[in-house]
Amino acid sequence: MDSVGNIIVYFVVAIAIVFFSFKAVTTRKILRAATYLLFVLLGTAVFYFQLGYQFLGGVQIAVYAGGIMVLFVFAILLTHKPNEQSGVIDAHRKTLGLVVAAGGSIVLLFAIFFMPLIDGASLLDCLSASEPITMHDIGKAFTGSDRFQYLLPFEAISVLLLACIIGGVTVARKS
Amino acid sequence: MDLSMLWYLVPSVIMLACGVYGFITRKNLIAILISLELMLNSADLNFVVFNRFLFPGSMDGMVFTLFAVAIAAAETAIAIAIIINIYRSIGNTDITEINKMKF
Repeated sequence: MDSVGNIIVYFVVAIAIVFFSFKAVTTRKILRAATYLLFVLLGTAVFYFQLGYQFLGGVQIAVYAGGIMVLFVFAILLTHKPNEQSGVIDAHRKTLGLVVAAGGSIVLLFAIFFMPLIDGASLLDCLSASEPITMHDIGKAFTGSDRFQYLLPFEAISVLLLACIIGGVTVARKS
Repeated sequence: MDLSMLWYLVPSVIMLACGVYGFITRKNLIAILISLELMLNSADLNFVVFNRFLFPGSMDGMVFTLFAVAIAAAETAIAIAIIINIYRSIGNTDITEINKMKF
Protein backbone atom coordinates (compact mmCIF):
# COMPACT_ATOMS: atom_id res chain seq x y z
CA MET A 1 0.00 0.00 0.00
CA ASP A 2 1.56 3.24 -1.13
CA SER A 3 1.07 6.39 0.89
CA VAL A 4 -1.89 8.60 0.07
CA GLY A 5 0.38 11.55 -0.71
CA ASN A 6 2.27 9.53 -3.30
CA ILE A 7 -0.95 8.50 -5.04
CA ILE A 8 -2.28 12.09 -5.03
CA VAL A 9 1.00 13.35 -6.54
CA TYR A 10 0.78 10.59 -9.15
CA PHE A 11 -2.74 11.54 -10.21
CA VAL A 12 -2.05 15.27 -10.37
CA VAL A 13 1.08 14.75 -12.48
CA ALA A 14 -0.44 12.08 -14.75
CA ILE A 15 -3.49 14.22 -15.52
CA ALA A 16 -1.24 17.23 -16.15
CA ILE A 17 0.97 15.22 -18.52
CA VAL A 18 -2.00 13.92 -20.52
CA PHE A 19 -3.70 17.33 -20.69
CA PHE A 20 -0.59 19.29 -21.67
CA SER A 21 0.45 16.65 -24.23
CA PHE A 22 -2.91 17.12 -25.95
CA LYS A 23 -2.60 20.89 -25.78
CA ALA A 24 0.99 20.89 -27.08
CA VAL A 25 0.01 19.21 -30.34
CA THR A 26 -3.36 20.89 -30.86
CA THR A 27 -2.76 24.56 -30.02
CA ARG A 28 -2.33 26.88 -32.99
CA LYS A 29 0.13 29.26 -31.36
CA ILE A 30 3.63 27.87 -31.53
CA LEU A 31 4.98 29.60 -28.42
CA ARG A 32 2.15 28.11 -26.38
CA ALA A 33 2.99 24.67 -27.77
CA ALA A 34 6.54 25.10 -26.48
CA THR A 35 5.23 26.16 -23.05
CA TYR A 36 2.94 23.13 -22.84
CA LEU A 37 5.88 20.92 -23.79
CA LEU A 38 7.78 22.47 -20.87
CA PHE A 39 5.00 21.41 -18.48
CA VAL A 40 5.07 17.85 -19.86
CA LEU A 41 8.84 17.67 -19.33
CA LEU A 42 8.52 18.97 -15.76
CA GLY A 43 5.80 16.37 -15.06
CA THR A 44 8.10 13.64 -16.34
CA ALA A 45 10.80 14.94 -14.00
CA VAL A 46 8.35 14.58 -11.09
CA PHE A 47 7.78 10.95 -12.15
CA TYR A 48 11.54 10.39 -12.10
CA PHE A 49 11.75 11.80 -8.57
CA GLN A 50 8.83 9.60 -7.51
CA LEU A 51 10.48 6.50 -8.94
CA GLY A 52 13.58 7.19 -6.85
CA TYR A 53 15.92 8.55 -9.52
CA GLN A 54 16.71 11.97 -8.07
CA PHE A 55 19.79 12.59 -10.21
CA LEU A 56 17.89 11.79 -13.40
CA GLY A 57 15.07 14.14 -12.39
CA GLY A 58 17.60 16.91 -11.82
CA VAL A 59 19.18 16.25 -15.21
CA GLN A 60 15.76 16.27 -16.85
CA ILE A 61 14.96 19.69 -15.36
CA ALA A 62 18.40 21.18 -16.05
CA VAL A 63 18.96 19.88 -19.58
CA TYR A 64 15.44 19.57 -20.99
CA ALA A 65 13.45 22.24 -19.17
CA GLY A 66 16.45 24.54 -18.83
CA GLY A 67 18.50 24.05 -21.97
CA ILE A 68 16.35 22.66 -24.77
CA MET A 69 13.35 24.86 -23.99
CA VAL A 70 15.50 28.00 -24.16
CA LEU A 71 16.70 26.84 -27.58
CA PHE A 72 13.09 26.32 -28.66
CA VAL A 73 11.99 29.74 -27.46
CA PHE A 74 14.93 31.41 -29.18
CA ALA A 75 14.19 29.63 -32.45
CA ILE A 76 10.48 30.47 -32.27
CA LEU A 77 11.12 34.14 -31.59
CA LEU A 78 13.65 34.29 -34.43
CA THR A 79 11.37 32.70 -37.03
CA HIS A 80 7.83 33.80 -36.10
CA LYS A 81 5.96 37.03 -35.71
CA PRO A 82 4.35 37.52 -32.29
CA ASN A 83 0.83 36.06 -32.04
CA GLU A 84 1.15 34.33 -35.40
CA GLN A 85 -1.29 31.43 -35.74
CA SER A 86 -0.70 28.33 -37.80
CA GLY A 87 -3.24 27.49 -40.51
CA VAL A 88 -6.13 25.09 -40.09
CA ILE A 89 -5.17 21.44 -40.60
CA ASP A 90 -6.80 19.98 -43.71
CA ALA A 91 -9.22 17.14 -43.12
CA HIS A 92 -7.41 14.19 -44.69
CA ARG A 93 -4.19 14.94 -42.84
CA LYS A 94 -6.10 15.20 -39.57
CA THR A 95 -7.87 11.89 -40.25
CA LEU A 96 -4.56 10.21 -41.05
CA GLY A 97 -3.01 11.55 -37.84
CA LEU A 98 -5.96 10.46 -35.70
CA VAL A 99 -6.05 6.97 -37.25
CA VAL A 100 -2.32 6.37 -36.83
CA ALA A 101 -2.19 7.76 -33.27
CA ALA A 102 -5.35 5.92 -32.10
CA GLY A 103 -4.35 2.67 -33.80
CA GLY A 104 -0.86 2.78 -32.37
CA SER A 105 -2.04 3.55 -28.86
CA ILE A 106 -4.67 0.78 -28.99
CA VAL A 107 -2.01 -1.74 -29.99
CA LEU A 108 0.35 -0.51 -27.26
CA LEU A 109 -2.34 -0.50 -24.57
CA PHE A 110 -3.38 -4.03 -25.58
CA ALA A 111 0.26 -5.08 -25.33
CA ILE A 112 0.91 -3.60 -21.89
CA PHE A 113 -2.35 -4.86 -20.39
CA PHE A 114 -1.95 -8.43 -21.60
CA MET A 115 1.81 -8.80 -21.47
CA PRO A 116 2.86 -11.78 -19.29
CA LEU A 117 5.99 -9.83 -18.27
CA ILE A 118 4.11 -7.48 -15.99
CA ASP A 119 3.39 -8.61 -12.46
CA GLY A 120 1.68 -6.63 -9.77
CA ALA A 121 4.77 -5.40 -7.91
CA SER A 122 4.09 -2.04 -6.35
CA LEU A 123 6.40 0.97 -6.34
CA LEU A 124 6.89 0.74 -2.60
CA ASP A 125 8.06 -2.91 -2.81
CA CYS A 126 10.50 -2.08 -5.61
CA LEU A 127 11.84 0.97 -3.81
CA SER A 128 12.36 -0.91 -0.56
CA ALA A 129 13.87 -3.93 -2.35
CA SER A 130 16.80 -1.92 -3.64
CA GLU A 131 19.36 0.43 -2.18
CA PRO A 132 18.80 4.12 -3.00
CA ILE A 133 21.13 5.24 -5.78
CA THR A 134 23.82 7.56 -4.47
CA MET A 135 26.05 9.94 -6.41
CA HIS A 136 28.91 7.58 -5.59
CA ASP A 137 27.23 4.76 -7.55
CA ILE A 138 26.53 7.03 -10.51
CA GLY A 139 30.10 8.32 -10.59
CA LYS A 140 31.44 4.75 -10.42
CA ALA A 141 29.16 3.68 -13.27
CA PHE A 142 30.32 6.51 -15.51
CA THR A 143 34.06 6.27 -14.93
CA GLY A 144 34.81 2.56 -15.09
CA SER A 145 35.23 0.10 -17.93
CA ASP A 146 34.04 -3.09 -16.23
CA ARG A 147 30.71 -4.83 -16.58
CA PHE A 148 27.78 -2.39 -16.04
CA GLN A 149 30.13 0.59 -16.29
CA TYR A 150 29.98 3.12 -19.06
CA LEU A 151 33.26 4.96 -19.63
CA LEU A 152 33.30 4.49 -23.41
CA PRO A 153 29.77 5.84 -24.10
CA PHE A 154 30.53 8.70 -21.72
CA GLU A 155 33.59 9.68 -23.76
CA ALA A 156 31.67 9.19 -27.01
CA ILE A 157 29.00 11.60 -25.73
CA SER A 158 31.63 14.26 -25.07
CA VAL A 159 32.96 13.91 -28.63
CA LEU A 160 29.38 14.04 -29.93
CA LEU A 161 28.71 17.27 -28.04
CA LEU A 162 31.89 18.82 -29.47
CA ALA A 163 30.84 17.78 -32.98
CA CYS A 164 27.39 19.24 -32.26
CA ILE A 165 28.85 22.61 -31.22
CA ILE A 166 31.03 22.84 -34.34
CA GLY A 167 28.21 21.60 -36.59
CA GLY A 168 25.71 24.06 -35.14
CA VAL A 169 28.04 27.01 -35.70
CA THR A 170 28.89 25.84 -39.23
CA VAL A 171 25.28 25.29 -40.27
CA ALA A 172 23.74 28.42 -38.78
CA ARG A 173 26.37 31.09 -39.47
CA LYS A 174 25.99 33.54 -42.33
CA SER A 175 28.04 32.59 -45.35
CA MET B 1 -4.18 1.01 -3.84
CA ASP B 2 -0.72 0.30 -5.19
CA LEU B 3 1.19 2.24 -7.78
CA SER B 4 2.24 -0.52 -10.17
CA MET B 5 4.01 -0.46 -13.51
CA LEU B 6 0.88 0.02 -15.63
CA TRP B 7 0.13 3.33 -13.94
CA TYR B 8 3.29 4.82 -15.35
CA LEU B 9 3.08 3.16 -18.77
CA VAL B 10 -0.38 4.55 -19.61
CA PRO B 11 0.59 8.28 -19.50
CA SER B 12 3.66 7.33 -21.52
CA VAL B 13 1.50 5.71 -24.22
CA ILE B 14 -0.74 8.80 -24.36
CA MET B 15 2.32 11.05 -24.66
CA LEU B 16 3.59 8.92 -27.55
CA ALA B 17 0.21 9.00 -29.32
CA CYS B 18 0.06 12.80 -29.02
CA GLY B 19 3.57 13.02 -30.45
CA VAL B 20 2.64 10.84 -33.43
CA TYR B 21 -0.49 12.91 -34.07
CA GLY B 22 1.45 16.17 -33.97
CA PHE B 23 4.23 14.77 -36.13
CA ILE B 24 1.72 13.89 -38.87
CA THR B 25 -0.57 16.92 -38.74
CA ARG B 26 1.81 19.81 -38.07
CA LYS B 27 3.26 21.80 -40.96
CA ASN B 28 5.72 23.96 -39.06
CA LEU B 29 9.23 22.57 -38.62
CA ILE B 30 9.54 23.71 -35.00
CA ALA B 31 6.14 22.24 -34.11
CA ILE B 32 7.26 18.93 -35.66
CA LEU B 33 10.39 19.08 -33.50
CA ILE B 34 8.21 19.65 -30.41
CA SER B 35 6.17 16.53 -31.28
CA LEU B 36 9.43 14.61 -31.69
CA GLU B 37 10.51 15.67 -28.20
CA LEU B 38 7.21 14.34 -26.82
CA MET B 39 7.80 10.92 -28.38
CA LEU B 40 11.41 10.84 -27.18
CA ASN B 41 10.33 11.78 -23.68
CA SER B 42 7.81 8.93 -23.50
CA ALA B 43 10.50 6.45 -24.57
CA ASP B 44 12.81 7.80 -21.84
CA LEU B 45 10.07 7.40 -19.24
CA ASN B 46 9.56 3.78 -20.35
CA PHE B 47 13.25 2.96 -19.89
CA VAL B 48 13.18 4.26 -16.33
CA VAL B 49 9.89 2.55 -15.43
CA PHE B 50 11.02 -0.85 -16.72
CA ASN B 51 14.30 -0.43 -14.84
CA ARG B 52 12.56 0.38 -11.57
CA PHE B 53 9.87 -2.28 -11.63
CA LEU B 54 11.53 -5.24 -13.36
CA PHE B 55 15.19 -4.84 -12.33
CA PRO B 56 15.22 -2.73 -9.15
CA GLY B 57 18.74 -3.82 -8.26
CA SER B 58 20.46 -2.34 -11.32
CA MET B 59 20.54 1.15 -12.85
CA ASP B 60 21.06 0.48 -16.55
CA GLY B 61 17.77 2.03 -17.67
CA MET B 62 18.62 5.21 -15.79
CA VAL B 63 22.06 5.43 -17.42
CA PHE B 64 20.52 4.81 -20.84
CA THR B 65 18.03 7.63 -20.22
CA LEU B 66 20.87 9.95 -19.19
CA PHE B 67 22.63 9.26 -22.49
CA ALA B 68 19.35 9.67 -24.39
CA VAL B 69 18.81 13.10 -22.79
CA ALA B 70 22.32 14.20 -23.80
CA ILE B 71 21.83 13.00 -27.38
CA ALA B 72 18.42 14.69 -27.53
CA ALA B 73 20.03 17.99 -26.54
CA ALA B 74 22.63 17.65 -29.32
CA GLU B 75 19.98 16.65 -31.86
CA THR B 76 17.74 19.59 -30.98
CA ALA B 77 20.62 22.07 -31.25
CA ILE B 78 21.56 20.86 -34.73
CA ALA B 79 17.92 20.73 -35.88
CA ILE B 80 17.33 24.31 -34.74
CA ALA B 81 20.49 25.45 -36.53
CA ILE B 82 19.18 23.85 -39.73
CA ILE B 83 15.72 25.42 -39.23
CA ILE B 84 17.23 28.89 -38.80
CA ASN B 85 19.30 28.37 -41.94
CA ILE B 86 16.17 27.35 -43.86
CA TYR B 87 14.34 30.40 -42.52
CA ARG B 88 17.16 32.62 -43.72
CA SER B 89 17.05 31.30 -47.30
CA ILE B 90 13.28 30.70 -47.76
CA GLY B 91 11.65 33.14 -45.35
CA ASN B 92 9.47 30.76 -43.35
CA THR B 93 9.54 27.29 -41.80
CA ASP B 94 6.54 25.70 -43.49
CA ILE B 95 7.26 22.19 -44.77
CA THR B 96 4.91 22.60 -47.76
CA GLU B 97 7.14 25.36 -49.14
CA ILE B 98 10.44 23.56 -48.71
CA ASN B 99 10.65 21.70 -51.99
CA LYS B 100 14.08 22.53 -53.33
CA MET B 101 17.36 21.11 -52.14
CA LYS B 102 19.69 24.04 -52.78
CA PHE B 103 18.40 26.75 -55.13
